[in-house]
Amino acid sequence: MSASTITEKASALPLEGGPEKHAPSKTEFSPNQLIFGLFFGVLFGFLLQKGGVAKYHILVGALLLEDGTVVKVMLSAIIVGSAGIFSLYALGLVQLHVKPTRYAANIIGGLLFGVGFALIAYCPGTGAAALGQGNYDALAGIAGLMLGSFLFAEVSGGLGKSLMTIGDRGKLMLPEVVGLRLPTFLMIFIPLLIAALAALEWLASG
Amino acid sequence: MRWLVVSAAVLLLWPTMALAESAGAHPGEYSPAAWSPYLVGALIGLLSMTTFYFSNKPLGASTAYARLAGLIGKVLAPRHTESLKYYRDNKPKIDWEVMLVLGAIVGAFLAAWQGGELTGVWLPAKWEARFGAESLPLRLTAALIGGTLMAFGARLAGGCTSGHGISGALQLSVGSWIALLCFFVGGVGTALLMFRI
Repeated sequence: MSASTITEKASALPLEGGPEKHAPSKTEFSPNQLIFGLFFGVLFGFLLQKGGVAKYHILVGALLLEDGTVVKVMLSAIIVGSAGIFSLYALGLVQLHVKPTRYAANIIGGLLFGVGFALIAYCPGTGAAALGQGNYDALAGIAGLMLGSFLFAEVSGGLGKSLMTIGDRGKLMLPEVVGLRLPTFLMIFIPLLIAALAALEWLASG
Repeated sequence: MRWLVVSAAVLLLWPTMALAESAGAHPGEYSPAAWSPYLVGALIGLLSMTTFYFSNKPLGASTAYARLAGLIGKVLAPRHTESLKYYRDNKPKIDWEVMLVLGAIVGAFLAAWQGGELTGVWLPAKWEARFGAESLPLRLTAALIGGTLMAFGARLAGGCTSGHGISGALQLSVGSWIALLCFFVGGVGTALLMFRI
């Protein structure tokens, strides 16, 4: 299955939005996409393990502010991914999937996530990687992740009308907040992220 | 043209492979990352580009657990599960993200096996050093409660360390940067309480 056949097949489907006409659309129902998901997952898990972020002491170390591995992996991924995906977007090759901004839900959900993060010390992606590497305690975490997801579904009707609507700003992006055009913003922001990594390295060595 | 972009990106990144610390196995209990975290991060960035292009999907892990929980719910209480708003909006099924998470288990196994880092333990060494060798029930309880809070928080916030922390943040979503900050605020505070008091 080549890329062009996917694009051709998908181009008949309605696009999610944006000016690009040739980007593939949602195709997760096709068996091929399930195989793609599995393949990308194998790569993702391989990288997470090699990056050390499937290891309990490295993840706890990040939260105890004594290990910079997690921050280095995440910022490097953001730098390369941001430059790469916005370039592909400019070429009309991909669609964006900007997450909605809902201040109350982002903050309260984020803090709850953080408390859980410290207790389990794996996250949904790295927990899968931890299990693959042989940390069997991740099984209890995975059971919890399913339980918590279902609990959220139980109250999703009420939350959808209350907390989720507070401070709902839609697909708000950082350049809009500071009033810059996207390319200008990236030309400032990406060097800043690189500088942050360099500063972290310098602090750790000093 | 499209292949050109992807292959150019791969070629540009190739030299950094040489910088990877190919030391491989670190059998010590507090072993560092096998590869340079910068290289791994850059490759995850490249993988994000690839999933956007080939699957029209950002990397994200947390929704997989919601789908799987919904599939179990559909077996145990089909009518109730289907009545829930979240599962009306997000049908429980085996989808791309579920396959991604299953793949991640396999990929991490392969990486650990290749690098001689398979652990096969129930109690992580750093947990044991803090809470003792007999603390497995406490560890499993903490992991279960932690996972529950984490998934509830992820659904409320709209993503996890992958979905918000990497995919959302790299697309400059304001909500993702706020959520990412809150992940660490909540996490650092709780971890300091657990390990420093």
